[in-house]
Amino acid sequence: MTAMATEAQKSTDRIEKHFEVRAPRSKVWRAISDSQQFGAWFGVRVEGPFVEGTTVKGFITHKDYEHFKLDFQIEKMEAERYFSYRWHPYPSDPNYDYSKDPRTLVEFTLEDVPGGTVVTIVESGFDKIPLARRIDAFRNNEGGWNGQVKNLTKYVA
Amino acid sequence: MFAALADATRLRLLRRLSSEGSLSITRLSEGEDVTRQAITRHLYALGDAGLVRHKRKGREQIWDLDMKRLEKARQYLDHVAAQWDAAGARLKAFVEDGEA
Repeated sequence: MTAMATEAQKSTDRIEKHFEVRAPRSKVWRAISDSQQFGAWFGVRVEGPFVEGTTVKGFITHKDYEHFKLDFQIEKMEAERYFSYRWHPYPSDPNYDYSKDPRTLVEFTLEDVPGGTVVTIVESGFDKIPLARRIDAFRNNEGGWNGQVKNLTKYVA
Repeated sequence: MFAALADATRLRLLRRLSSEGSLSITRLSEGEDVTRQAITRHLYALGDAGLVRHKRKGREQIWDLDMKRLEKARQYLDHVAAQWDAAGARLKAFVEDGEA
């Protein structure tokens, strides 16, 4: 009964996540900005460093998603505070040329808090992605990424 | 898809369909400043964006929201959001306990 369209517009263009980690900002910065460290927790084999203005390829390491070719277009890196890149969020069709599609923007922001760091992750620009692409992406993915949560145990001491 | 929502008339049309259910172009044009032709154009544009559907009922075209497509768009976003939840948890574990 609400302004359904307005609500739709507001909530479907972006995803925002905040969480606190018990680690200093410099350590969290390294984990996100160093492409090898990023790859270790994200679950992707990145082919080179993250450098502003460059594009670097990556391959998901999870066995059900090895065909996903990721393409990180590094936008901005502000040491220990902000890191952003553009990509195609769900390149599930190995035969489709995603380079023609609009990219979403992923932004990591780090802030100090007592005892650690607040990490904010925003992914935006979903409304530019054609609906057909989004429906296809969902259809190509049966099991979801829930299996990724298993990777969590590798990093817990 | 949501670029189609930018226009105020289209937003109004969607709101009406959301609250009143299926409506004909005649009904949808009632009380609008815009011509019936313009309303029709807007509806077709919303149809192209996958937000509404229409069918013929006698001499009228009846329009309603395409909930299935809206749901799919919502599901996609929920899915990507869940992926970030999982990735965030892995980042947390990595810096707190792991190999960072």
